[in-house]
Amino acid sequence: MIMQQKNIAIIGGGPAGIEAAASLAGLGHHVWLIEKESELGGHLRLMYNLFPDKRPADEVLQEMLSHVKNPNIEILTNTQVADCKQIDNRFALKTDSGQTIDADAVLMATGYRLFDAVRKEEYGYGIYPGVINSFELEAMLKNNALKNVKGEVPRRVILLHCIGSRDEKVGNHYCSKVCCVTAVKQAIEIKRRHPETEVFCFYMDIRMFGPYYEELYREAQEKWKVTFVRGKISEAAANLDGEIQIKAEDTLIGKPLHMRTDLLVLMCGMEADTDEPVARALGIERGANRFFRSADNYTRYNSTNLPGVFTAGACTAPMNIIDTIANARAAAISIHEYLGGRN
Amino acid sequence: MWGFKIAKSQSINYDRNDKEIMRTVLENEPSLRVCMACGACTATCSAGNLLPTFNIRRLNTLLQRGEYTQLRNELNNCMLCGKCTLVCPRGVNIRNIVLNTREALMKYESDTI
Repeated sequence: MIMQQKNIAIIGGGPAGIEAAASLAGLGHHVWLIEKESELGGHLRLMYNLFPDKRPADEVLQEMLSHVKNPNIEILTNTQVADCKQIDNRFALKTDSGQTIDADAVLMATGYRLFDAVRKEEYGYGIYPGVINSFELEAMLKNNALKNVKGEVPRRVILLHCIGSRDEKVGNHYCSKVCCVTAVKQAIEIKRRHPETEVFCFYMDIRMFGPYYEELYREAQEKWKVTFVRGKISEAAANLDGEIQIKAEDTLIGKPLHMRTDLLVLMCGMEADTDEPVARALGIERGANRFFRSADNYTRYNSTNLPGVFTAGACTAPMNIIDTIANARAAAISIHEYLGGRN
Repeated sequence: MWGFKIAKSQSINYDRNDKEIMRTVLENEPSLRVCMACGACTATCSAGNLLPTFNIRRLNTLLQRGEYTQLRNELNNCMLCGKCTLVCPRGVNIRNIVLNTREALMKYESDTI
């Protein structure tokens, strides 16, 4: 069947937007890929390597980017959508640079916001330089610059799971899913480079949900001698040497535990970007976790409350790169079907 | 012969344990059910950091299994400062659980005497 070429506006040029753009263009559609930053890639640009295979993040990103070099894809970087209106079955978008886009369908691929650890005051993030978040650790690994506050290789690093996740005190009851395995991946990377550094993971539950994640957990214990302590750290404070003193309960022993560390890494979870202007203008419904609500979690995951408006990736729920790619491809097919592309 | 009858069983006999106090407390403070045993309460507990066996997370679990002996012995160590309630990521009102458990234990004991 030959169908008329349709126009799709994709909001967000991270992994979900990139993958969906490539799939839709491959199906013969014309795509605008709209990214507010100067480059495509989203949070993936900030990562050093990816679980579970430890493949370099940049290599994955470059491979994905090679798929959007397509005459059917118009990439608009440094661009935000200032206004969006639905007129019958069509969508009129206006960018902040004044360009107007007339689309048959809109795909939200707006990703997530990293939880701001300042909101967990008891850990002193933003006050003590020895307390950093998981993306700052990832940047240290990417730049080969893992250092304590004195500029030395840290003697001890503690990774604390569930910051801004499973925590009703900050309004986030849900699990961010990827932080456990990220901590395990980062713990392994620290030990690989600095075997003399002691690495601890403080967790409530270890949730190894994906294929080969459990193996990674075992590798961290067995090969890299990472220590896992079951207990959530309740507070942290710096001493005069800049070391961080932490308090937790070792729940498997049933006693309070105190220890010092050079670095305390807060494994920050994912939050929905509730300020996103297109979603506001169109009135896309959100769920109790503030991510976009699917029309049906089983059979219409990428559809929203609005016909012609679709979602993909971590704007629907916390999601890893692997699932995001699959989800974006599923979204592309859903859009293709909506536009009449399947008999 | 082998001392089997002398040594008291150390296992939790859930069927035999009395659940009245547990039921009363859970009715008055149902937030206890959502505890995920992270231990943040015990980590921050002023009393627990000074006393050898006082562990508020563990006491709350014992309550839910109908194991009251340790509760009776230890619950008065709590100073009701409420730090546990502040740090709880699930929003369990631990301070209110302590108050309700004390009350239920007292009532139960006066009823059975």
